[in-house]
Amino acid sequence: MLTDFKQLEETARAIRANVIRQLYRAGSGHPGGSLSAADILTVLYFGEMRVDPKNPQLPDRDRFVLSKGHAAPVLYAALAEKGYFPKEELEGLRKLGALLQGHPNIKVPGVEMSTGSLGQGFSAAVGMALAARMDGGGRVYALLGDGELEEGLVWEAAMSAGHYRLDNLCVTVDWNGLQIDGRNEDVMTVAPIGDKFASFGFHVISIDGHSLPAIAGAFAEARAQKGKPTVVVAKTVKGKGVSFMENEAGWHGKAPNEEEAKRAMAELGGAL
Amino acid sequence: MADKTATRQAYGEFLIEKGKTTKNLIVMDADLSKSTMTAGFAKAFPDRFFNMGIAEQNLYGVAAGLAVSGKVVCASTFAMFATGRAFEIIRNSIGYTHANVKICATHAGITVGEDGASHQTFEDVALMRTIPGMTVLNPSDAPSAKRLLDLAIDADGPFYIRLGRAAVPVLYGADAALAVGKGQLLREGRDFAVIATGVMVHEALRAAETLAGEGIGVRVIDMHTIKPLDGEIVEKAATETRGLVTAEEHSVLGGLFGAVAEYAAAHCPVRILPVGQRDSYGESGKPDELLRKYGMSADAIADAVRRLAG
Repeated sequence: MLTDFKQLEETARAIRANVIRQLYRAGSGHPGGSLSAADILTVLYFGEMRVDPKNPQLPDRDRFVLSKGHAAPVLYAALAEKGYFPKEELEGLRKLGALLQGHPNIKVPGVEMSTGSLGQGFSAAVGMALAARMDGGGRVYALLGDGELEEGLVWEAAMSAGHYRLDNLCVTVDWNGLQIDGRNEDVMTVAPIGDKFASFGFHVISIDGHSLPAIAGAFAEARAQKGKPTVVVAKTVKGKGVSFMENEAGWHGKAPNEEEAKRAMAELGGAL
Repeated sequence: MADKTATRQAYGEFLIEKGKTTKNLIVMDADLSKSTMTAGFAKAFPDRFFNMGIAEQNLYGVAAGLAVSGKVVCASTFAMFATGRAFEIIRNSIGYTHANVKICATHAGITVGEDGASHQTFEDVALMRTIPGMTVLNPSDAPSAKRLLDLAIDADGPFYIRLGRAAVPVLYGADAALAVGKGQLLREGRDFAVIATGVMVHEALRAAETLAGEGIGVRVIDMHTIKPLDGEIVEKAATETRGLVTAEEHSVLGGLFGAVAEYAAAHCPVRILPVGQRDSYGESGKPDELLRKYGMSADAIADAVRRLAG
């Protein structure tokens, strides 16, 4: 299993840098929730999941669904880093005729489900987990936002995952505490997140969502669970890794201008 | 009168038959399996049936996940909740991904009867028709329902299949050669044509019989596929007769009338009168009483043809 967390740290940094590059070139998109999820996706794609970017349709592969689809730039950066498609494609994000749409589309190699309308990716992941259990397939992972938990469909999906005892399903909540209109507790209270999932039949693991060993440990613990799905409640910082974006709701859905992008890259390392 | 069977009954029977040969067929429901008739499949193939409880959004979201994992999924509930409550999930998770999900929705239209307006949907065809790549079927009897379901399950991509609660007469033989996207000529006539779908096909045939007694020859077409629409059969009807009547157990806004009128306006302009639910809600009552009260009966179709005849 993974031991080389130094290498993973470097991968996470490269993914964050490509999030900034994509958003700067696109001129629109969602940096805050992409950066908060970068460490989680790094561990999934470079440590936890059994996937082969050269054979993205292998039947028994592990699957990842980005239910918080607006964090598409971090998914694309991870997939490109993994080798699903050339990194040059990242330059086309959100542009007419390009491969990479503003929200994930199943036509992109490595993207398992079209998402963007909140709650639906989780629901689809439940279906994938049911299918995988029938067919002896791999594990299914989904990443949800904390604001996304306000969608009723999330709890319909959670109820069904608990009911069907989907121990091959692991859901992570990117709990950065902020949504478009402000702090969760000012817009709509989502806490206590772990207690809610526990009452729906989930095994709950709470971690620091920027500690690579903690994330890896949580996924390993989830794998060992029998008879119930797991939720990893990952406390994160919105905009993590770019000091002036951290914990600022204003960076939920705004692309950096040239000056801001350069400042961000100075912190992350690498050219814009 | 031949035996009467509801199209939902045919659906339930066919699933059990199809499940024997189509090993990747999954059936899902939202706590209505005894009404939608999926309960038989659930008993025959318990490992391939998932009850999602009273949660229609999740029903179709999970169906999408199963489908993109290689399953063909028939997911059922009442038409009102399938298309109304779950519309955006169907649009984004099933339509946009072109997932292999067959939305087999029962209890459509006013023939739901006694349950009343909250359960009588007249919007479902209009909603499903606007989703790119969605095929929309509305069979008129049990044998055609089985035939069309067979074709739908074997075809790739999303289908909306509108099924009824009420028992209807049998029109077709078990070996009827129906094809998706091809309307079926049921009665020849050269004066006017009635293009009907679902339950209203039976009313159209009765109306044609009545009008024949008045010396008016009426062509009757079973438009079991509303999308993609059979433009050829519409164009023939438009050019070979003096006018069209559409007949559907659905709102006159956006359903069969909309589809036929859209096609005719672009390709073969002709006068078309709609028979369907006027822009209004239904109410409780017996199916036949409701069809009469809300203007979706053989009499209403005959009146429309007479208006065309002037």
